Amino acid sequence: MNISKSPWVLHYDGSSCNGCDIEVLATMTPLYDVERFGIINTGNPKHADVLLLTGGINAQTAPVVRQLYNMMPDPKVVVACGICACDGGIFKECYNILGGADKVVPVDVYVPGCAVRPEALIEGVVKAVGILEEKRKKLKESMKAGYCTVDYSKIAIHMTADDYDPSTQYDAVLTEEALRQQAEEKIKATAKPAPKPVNAAAPKAAMASAAPAAQPKAADNNVKGENG
Amino acid sequence: MTAWMIVKALIYILLAPLIGGMLSGLDRVVSARMQGRQGPPVFQPFYDVNKLLHKQTTVVNSIQVLFVTVYLIFTIFTGTLFFAGGDMLLVFFALSMSEVMLVLAAFSTNGPYSIMGAQRELLQMMCYEPMTLLVAIGFYYANGSFMVDDLIRTQVPAIVQIPGFFIGFVFILIIKLRKSPFDLSTSHHMHQEMVKGLTTDLSGSNLALVEIAEWYDVVLMLGIVGMFFITANPISRIWAIISCAVVFFLCTLIDNLFPRVKYKTMLIVTWSVILVFAGTNLLILNVLK
Amino acid sequence: MAIPNVVNFLILFPFVLAALIFIQKEATPLRSIVIILGGFTIMIAAVYVAVNVLMSGDTSQYMYLTETHIPDKFVIAGEIFLMCLVCFLSIKYKKIYAILLSLVGTIPVLWMDLSGRVVEGNTHFRIDTFAAVMYLIVGIVGILICIYASGYMKDYHHHHTDVQDRSNYFLALMFVFLGAMFGLISSDNLGWIYFFWEITSVCSFLMIGYTRTQEAVDNSFRALWMNLLGGCGFAAGLMYCNIALGISNLSQVTDVNGTITVIVPVTLFAFAALTKSAQFPFSRWLLGAMVAPTPSSALLHSATMVKIGVYMLIRLSPVMEGTLTGVMITVIGGFTFFVASLLAITVSDGKKVLAYSTISNLGLITACAGTGTTEGVWAAVMLVLFHAVSKSLLFQTVGDIENCMHSRDIEDMHGLIIKLPRLAFIMIIGICGMFMAPFGMLVSKWAALKSFVDSGSVWLVLFLVFGSGSTLFYWAKWLGKICTVIHQSFELEDITPRSEMVSMLPLTTMIIVMCFAFPWMSAHMIQPILDEAFHTNIPDVIGGSDVIIMMIMVAMIFAIPIGSRFLSIGKNSKMTMSYVAGVNAGDDRHYIDSFGKERALYMSNWYMEDFFGEKKLLWPCIWISTVLVLVMLIVVVGGAI
Repeated sequence: MNISKSPWVLHYDGSSCNGCDIEVLATMTPLYDVERFGIINTGNPKHADVLLLTGGINAQTAPVVRQLYNMMPDPKVVVACGICACDGGIFKECYNILGGADKVVPVDVYVPGCAVRPEALIEGVVKAVGILEEKRKKLKESMKAGYCTVDYSKIAIHMTADDYDPSTQYDAVLTEEALRQQAEEKIKATAKPAPKPVNAAAPKAAMASAAPAAQPKAADNNVKGENG
Repeated sequence: MTAWMIVKALIYILLAPLIGGMLSGLDRVVSARMQGRQGPPVFQPFYDVNKLLHKQTTVVNSIQVLFVTVYLIFTIFTGTLFFAGGDMLLVFFALSMSEVMLVLAAFSTNGPYSIMGAQRELLQMMCYEPMTLLVAIGFYYANGSFMVDDLIRTQVPAIVQIPGFFIGFVFILIIKLRKSPFDLSTSHHMHQEMVKGLTTDLSGSNLALVEIAEWYDVVLMLGIVGMFFITANPISRIWAIISCAVVFFLCTLIDNLFPRVKYKTMLIVTWSVILVFAGTNLLILNVLK
Repeated sequence: MAIPNVVNFLILFPFVLAALIFIQKEATPLRSIVIILGGFTIMIAAVYVAVNVLMSGDTSQYMYLTETHIPDKFVIAGEIFLMCLVCFLSIKYKKIYAILLSLVGTIPVLWMDLSGRVVEGNTHFRIDTFAAVMYLIVGIVGILICIYASGYMKDYHHHHTDVQDRSNYFLALMFVFLGAMFGLISSDNLGWIYFFWEITSVCSFLMIGYTRTQEAVDNSFRALWMNLLGGCGFAAGLMYCNIALGISNLSQVTDVNGTITVIVPVTLFAFAALTKSAQFPFSRWLLGAMVAPTPSSALLHSATMVKIGVYMLIRLSPVMEGTLTGVMITVIGGFTFFVASLLAITVSDGKKVLAYSTISNLGLITACAGTGTTEGVWAAVMLVLFHAVSKSLLFQTVGDIENCMHSRDIEDMHGLIIKLPRLAFIMIIGICGMFMAPFGMLVSKWAALKSFVDSGSVWLVLFLVFGSGSTLFYWAKWLGKICTVIHQSFELEDITPRSEMVSMLPLTTMIIVMCFAFPWMSAHMIQPILDEAFHTNIPDVIGGSDVIIMMIMVAMIFAIPIGSRFLSIGKNSKMTMSYVAGVNAGDDRHYIDSFGKERALYMSNWYMEDFFGEKKLLWPCIWISTVLVLVMLIVVVGGAI
């Protein structure tokens, strides 16, 4: 009841042909009037509960999607809108496409279609809201257990396999202390070019202390990224 | 401070969020109807805030929470002061102080959208600050007191003497309620160039606190609108409520009619309106006295 | 100890101290010890006098000195010396107009003194409540600034190696200044006031020109000619009083029950006060004074120089009520308040913002004094008190920030709360003291508003409300810059010497204490002033229940931050970065551009220069106010003659 009555969405265009985007926007028009269900297009990940992704994910948009996802407060769900967002669609074989949205963030609802129909989209969001409710319960439990979140993953800056360097990745979930530590490393590195492995160790250590629960999931996501 | 004052204050603290939330829900429904759609339920703002309170809160830094809390507490304090019958000038001074706290919360995040919103909010404050002070002065001219308690015991409604102030105040109410031509600091519709401005980097319960504070604020503002009509006669209270309803509807209508203006236009227009209507009114009152 | 002796000590000792400091060229520990010991002696003496006067029932004490022969000779010699000094420096720097003004101001007065046309037989000193309040300001704030200066000048010459180290001369000047201040506020004899008045003009001129750069010299001469012009006005008023009216004392001029029409000298004195307190059109000297080292700015702009002007106006206030002079002074003050606050929006140099804010606040004080109502004077004295403390603190903080960061630009203070937390907190308290709700300045503004409304000055009400809008804007955006939390940034080395903290911490404490103490201050310091000036008892300006509410607010301001520490508000929150359209590079200050490179991101404050800019606004306003001043002088003075 809590969340199902006001799911606020964030719409992000991975690398779509804009067909799905237009449909997403059409859903927000008076004709379909999703505000009936309390749905608002916020345009701000920090206010959003549902992330609508359209289009396949390419090397440039991958880190952005990851960052947006990480900025959303828990509980949160991801809806892949349209076939491209589901698995890459017609662009799947393109050189720069990593694949569907699930290559970078965990997708909860797949809404196929080319372009996706507003009706389907509304149903997808409604389904997503159901999942949101479940996630909220889980969040409650994990909060009781002493963790403040369900899962985190790292924000990747470069997602192609060649570019991938864990040391350049920033952690979205940092305590003040960890941030300070990271910054110290950075300043040291700029002062005298230190060998890379030394740098790489620091953020990992920082992250380990910040969110012990996050480790397995994060690793899982990174593997996915590299595969793509 | 009598017991009755404390009771009034308590009534405000308990009822204001309900009324404010309902009003903001009504606003959304009426806007939807104006756009030819059904719109959300009237209780939608409560659902929203309830959800926000149950969500995880992300912060950019630790003092952000502090500023938002101070903002809420001082907004409630301001309203309490007004409805308990306190000094009008003090009400407005406290109000601007609480607003500054919200601005500082946005400044502290160092996010570009937040800071842009904060700067614009400051500009908005600069636009409406003269009018809020003038309203207090207008009441003083009309009825010879700054105390709300004395002002509601007059024989003639204040609007008779200070219509210019009323116009000016309704005009800045558009800014205060963050309505469209002047919603520079937080866009309340769809995602726009400054995302959510002031509140961009607030989330979860922090955002909920800001929403609740705004409900309190709406009630306070409408209370001041009502002040223009209230006299010692109990029937005048009905007029006050009707006028509040009309003003609120007017704001919603304007919200739906006009696109956002540039900051310069806002500054020039608001200051001229204040100067022309309230200023002239003040001059005339001064000559008549 | 008898009060008169202590007052004599207060006036003479700073001069002795100045001589002692002047002979110690090097910044030795000995010099610091002399400054600190001497300074605290003066402070204790000033507080002693003030407390004695405030506590004694008989608040107005006049003193008649029978043996004035020697002091009078000193005064005449001093005036000649000042005139010669100005002439010498004017010739040296080829600014001949200053000589003219100096001669015009001094020669007739000398002629009057020497030819025996001065009215004799009246008191020389007056030590009343207002003087006591001023003693407190000068004695505490002024001395704290001097102590601050002893540490500051060392750092200053450390950074500015191009400036010749004449810090002994500078510090000596500061004490001379304080001595003149004590003299001025104690004197009742107009001739003596004039002498001290001229000392402060010349002292400020010498301090502004301290660095001897071309800019400093130009600015110092600007300050000089404006203040000498005011001095000429004062001299004219003095002569008119002595020769035409046969009175020689300020207390006779301001006596509301007096039978003599004093409007001409009052107008002339008010004109002199306008120049001293840097009202439009004379505000440019105060802006130019920013080239001098920070302690002199703090001294000139907060506690002393500009306060003489408003001191004079507040003294004159009772006789200005309802006169054209009063109206004009109020209009000029209100206009200055509004325009200076608009101009303060457009500048980003911290000291310049402070300068404009000073001008603006002085405008408000001037306007309050000009209304001539009891509430106006109440508000004016409150403003003087709060402004002196807050502003001197702000100047000192900006000076220290400049020493630590090598910049005093507000934009460079971005994230100061992380970089220099200690200074940032002091600065936040100072800024809050200047405009935030429960703090002192606001109380006075409130009273000012009431007095304007009661005196029916519509234009002033409008100036005040619009001015407070823009005041809020420029302070709040500065506050925002300081409060911005930037991650991955470190504390800079806080090199503020202990002697400067000795000055800043008491001032910070005073701001907070004064928030709580203002009802007491109103009852024991300002009521007596009103009793003396108006011979009437006035009801409380701010009612009892309001005071309680204000106290609750102040308590809340301090209780909430402390409470939130204990009540774990926001402890469960997750830390993220700020939202930068999903391309935050991780530290809120960089983003990844479309080529995958990190780029810096910075949000500057709004200055709206194309709207209110100095280029657009300054000169028209100076002309408008010049016209206002001329109208006042021509109509009142010309009309009477």
